[in-house]
Amino acid sequence: MAGRTLIVDGYLTTRPRLYGRGTLLILGAFLWMGVFLFAPLAGLAVLAFATRGEYGGVEWTFTWGNLVRLAGWDEFGFSWNHVQIVWRSLWLATVTTVLCLLIGFPMAFWIAAKPARWRGLLLALIMVPSCVNLVIRTYAWQQFLGAQMPAAWVAQHLGLVPEGSALYPTVAAVYLGMVSCMLPFTVLPLYTSVERLDWTLVEAARDLHAGRLRTFRHGILAQCMPGLLAATILTFIPSLGMFVISDMLGGAKFLLIGNLIQQQFGSMNDWPFGATAGLFLVLASLVALWGLRLVSERETPHARGRR
Amino acid sequence: MTHPPADGRPLDLAIRAIDKAFGSVQVLRGLSLDIPDGQFVTLLGPSGCGKTTLLRIIAGFEAPDRGTVTLGAVDLLALPAHKRPVNTVFQSYALFPHLRCEDNVAFGLRSRRIPEAELRPRVREAMETMRITEFARRYPHELSGGQRQRVALARALVNEPEVLLLDEPMSALDAKLRHEVQGELKRIQRKYQITFILVTHDQDEAIAVSDRILIMQDGGIAQDGTPEQVYERPVSRFVAEFMGSANLLPARCAGTPVAVCGFGELHLPAPATWSEGHLAIRPEDIEVRQAQPAVNGVAGRISERLFRGDHWELLVTLGDSSTLRITTEPDQHHSEGEAVWLELPPDDLLVLRD
Repeated sequence: MAGRTLIVDGYLTTRPRLYGRGTLLILGAFLWMGVFLFAPLAGLAVLAFATRGEYGGVEWTFTWGNLVRLAGWDEFGFSWNHVQIVWRSLWLATVTTVLCLLIGFPMAFWIAAKPARWRGLLLALIMVPSCVNLVIRTYAWQQFLGAQMPAAWVAQHLGLVPEGSALYPTVAAVYLGMVSCMLPFTVLPLYTSVERLDWTLVEAARDLHAGRLRTFRHGILAQCMPGLLAATILTFIPSLGMFVISDMLGGAKFLLIGNLIQQQFGSMNDWPFGATAGLFLVLASLVALWGLRLVSERETPHARGRR
Repeated sequence: MTHPPADGRPLDLAIRAIDKAFGSVQVLRGLSLDIPDGQFVTLLGPSGCGKTTLLRIIAGFEAPDRGTVTLGAVDLLALPAHKRPVNTVFQSYALFPHLRCEDNVAFGLRSRRIPEAELRPRVREAMETMRITEFARRYPHELSGGQRQRVALARALVNEPEVLLLDEPMSALDAKLRHEVQGELKRIQRKYQITFILVTHDQDEAIAVSDRILIMQDGGIAQDGTPEQVYERPVSRFVAEFMGSANLLPARCAGTPVAVCGFGELHLPAPATWSEGHLAIRPEDIEVRQAQPAVNGVAGRISERLFRGDHWELLVTLGDSSTLRITTEPDQHHSEGEAVWLELPPDDLLVLRD
């Protein structure tokens, strides 16, 4: 006999047969991930340790050189350039995420408090901008922030910018572009958390003498933790690799790791170094995910091993 | 928030002329109520009678449109929920899922910034009283319904409230456990000697635990009395039907102590105030006779006969095909289809308000 029989979804089956069927079902996903994610990643990892050819191209000579260059040393000695780029990327992604959470959390509450028939519409409206290509949206921001437009006019009259100048390229414009781009990905997971909120826990906290902050912490925030983590991941990770917005609204001096990678594969024609920077970005993302996982385990200890 | 208060005055709860409407639905209508310190009171009624709303007003989760609620000399309505000396056991228990049992129990004390050194023995004692010490390190989802409920009780009681509110706390438990918890509640109330206000729609539960039962109907109080009074002497048709303990007899009365029912005439202890209304009589007050009794004899036929262990329950169909429920001693033997005389003693006939 091939093990004990069991009933799943009303069908009599055995464990090996169940595993067989399960494997068959996820085979497609495995193949897809293997061919289009893991294989290219492996290629990237190999490429990162190859040498750039004399006139571009790739020479398959092993070297640590790309790594050393990313850390800041090149033929002219040490420079803070790359460290700055990495730091700026991390900082931009962090601030963008925090801003998105600060804006998105009240927004999620606002939508969840609307009558059911409005909620779908409001969520759809939040998603609509994402249907437009990012480059086009960023061009729209350039138009909007242009020197002759009302926003710039107001800023000029308030003395924030010199007469006749546009509001981009500036750091503020980059944040504006980043937040407007990432906000939908923050709001949606937050909304699903907020919508399912058990309000009796808020009442329980009030009943147990908790003030506003403590009620928020234990009555609301603790329940929203899964949504907050999902929102953080979905905002932070893409922000880390973003380069279009900083390029178009931040100008040439506002380089991010995304821009660095794009340059290597594009104009610089230095694929091995681009691969190194790309690999670094993947690793940085993994570290961020791992850190968030630690936070998640500390904040939702009751959820561990629940399934 | 110690008990009894320093000045020795009892902390009676006084509820005065409370009105509350949700939109166009009037939930409480001029409700007034006095609850002496240390009483176990049950608000009993069908869903929608306003009992939960009244509880939420006392807790501070709802504000009444009009009226006052005072505890001793303290105006409760002037205090936000988290500053009231009142704690609640929620229907769903509302335990914090991310906190261990002991941290759930300690929550109220930590909110009030009680030092850990003082807090720990109090939490331990509350957990011992509720017999949940062994679950201290567990999370709520790792407990059964009954265990969770004991955590919820400990979490409320550890704060030493002046009034404990219980919102249908037993509705999620099975029948056997419910019986245990009812006894437990009574024991705890005696130990802490604080006012308990229980909301329920279960008559048996109300009778088992309460010092006093308030039957609520349409945002007002239909009857206020001890469990015995409410059970044995319902004042209105609504209460009699809700308690389900008595036979209801539609009747007419023309100012004399004689009522005309569908199956015949009945002598009453006193004339009824209505011309058309209801009488009630409890199943155990009806006597089964072989011959026609002198007063209030009614002829009928036993249509159903159920053995209930300590008594027989008979359903007797009368001349107008209405039925009366009767209980008899287990040694009395009747058979189905048997023709019998029933005696409805005038002194046991309750003349209801309506």
